[in-house]
Amino acid sequence: MNKLRFQTFTIAFITGLTLSSAPVQAAGDNHSRNLAASCAACHGTDGHSVAGTPVLAGMDKKLFVTQMKDFKSGARTGTVMNNHAKGYSDEEFEKMADFFAAQKR
Amino acid sequence: MSLDRRDFLKLGAAGIVVGVFPGCATSAGEIVRKNGQRVVIVGGGFGGATAAKYIRMWGEEKIEVVLVERNTQFISCPMSNTVLGGSRTINDLTYNYDTLKKKYGVKLVHGEVTAIDPQKQTVILADGYLSYDRLIVAPGVDFMFDQIEGLNARVAGESLPHAWKAGAQTVMLKKQIESMRDGGVFALSIPKAPYRCPPGPYERACQVAFYLKNNKPKSKVLILDANPDITSKKGLFTAAWKELYPGMVEYRANAAVMKVDVAGRIVKTEFEDVKADVLNIIPPMKAGMVANMAGLVGAESRWCAVDFLSYESKLQKNIHVIGDSVLAALPKSGHMATSHAKVCAAAIIELMQGRQPDANPSIANTCYSMVSNNEAMHVAHVYRFNAEKKEMIAAEGGGVSAARSEIEGTVANYWLKNVLADVLL
Repeated sequence: MNKLRFQTFTIAFITGLTLSSAPVQAAGDNHSRNLAASCAACHGTDGHSVAGTPVLAGMDKKLFVTQMKDFKSGARTGTVMNNHAKGYSDEEFEKMADFFAAQKR
Repeated sequence: MSLDRRDFLKLGAAGIVVGVFPGCATSAGEIVRKNGQRVVIVGGGFGGATAAKYIRMWGEEKIEVVLVERNTQFISCPMSNTVLGGSRTINDLTYNYDTLKKKYGVKLVHGEVTAIDPQKQTVILADGYLSYDRLIVAPGVDFMFDQIEGLNARVAGESLPHAWKAGAQTVMLKKQIESMRDGGVFALSIPKAPYRCPPGPYERACQVAFYLKNNKPKSKVLILDANPDITSKKGLFTAAWKELYPGMVEYRANAAVMKVDVAGRIVKTEFEDVKADVLNIIPPMKAGMVANMAGLVGAESRWCAVDFLSYESKLQKNIHVIGDSVLAALPKSGHMATSHAKVCAAAIIELMQGRQPDANPSIANTCYSMVSNNEAMHVAHVYRFNAEKKEMIAAEGGGVSAARSEIEGTVANYWLKNVLADVLL
């Protein structure tokens, strides 16, 4: 468990570093940010939840994408998440995941 | 009238104005001196406040944002039905604009807009004017009192609260329910769709029934719906009424209220006269008045047609409309207003920097309804831009809860905290 958490942290950390050293975003890249903004009402601005919903900021990309795919397929049942996940493509999950992974926790 | 010295000090103390008044206190001039590119936003509800924050945040504070709002406090309409049920007070739902000012540098002007000049690109207030490069109009809804004989804004404010904007009327309605006799009738009239918050009236029926069941159990909740059927979460609401409040909630379809006898608390529908102990008439709605000032409302509609890539009005250049006033096949909700606001904010930033708005926007909406003090159910959809129809269309897979539950009641409270933080903090 600890090891897994450590790995998650490491991956998030490296992803964060890579993105923060990237050049200033071109206009087209704002699409990922705009997509991810739809999550904020329940998960907080930029994924910084202030109540009981999961914090998405800094979440490992793979974890985010896997969970969204599971909500979409029904492999995992939630309350509202199945209704939301079905509205997006797998490619869009990747874009949202990139955005959240790059946010400081 | 110009700002007097006391108002000047008040504004200065609030951190809004620095060196704005060029020594002239007699002419009605620019209220806040314009510094570079500016967006003025009229209306600081869920939509307007979100747009203010996101333009500052996403625009890296390069675009000046002036938010005009007549109230100094922000009271959440979402969840305000629970004040009637008793699980919240209005204070629990009351917030302020301090963080928007301090953290994001939004310039707040508390005042009433008297006119908008789309040619000169100015918003006129009693104290002077504000010029803009782009204007966002987010006035919410206004009520069509004239559709019901005997009803007007004064009557609603003094004795027959609609309580469809959270605040003093919510508190008044709560007091009326508390002083109702056991065995009395609470009658709730619902206008024809579209109106603000489609599931809201049915949630209200649940919240009032929750209070009455625990305090005045011989009483009844009578729903007079102008619509031909329950407009939202039908199966879930009818199950809640039957199982949680058996024999207490009565629903009548096609029962538009046409006339009211205020003193006698009697309403007239096409088919009958109904006498109530507490009468809660939710009047038909239209785009907020400010939208009419700017010529944003089409001749054939009560609402404002917009381009869904930017929320720019189809009738006036450089003026955007967001929230309940928008003409769309989208639910009029607080959450939806925040979704409009973000697409609009992103588009305005791109346009001001000489680029095109995101060509493929998607937005989301989740509406929880509290059916008791702790159980809720949801409706949730993702809406995507359809380039052919140029409209926002619900994506496959949206829908409602399988059943009401305590888990959703808990998650609904998480939603409220997060959405309010997303709007104001």
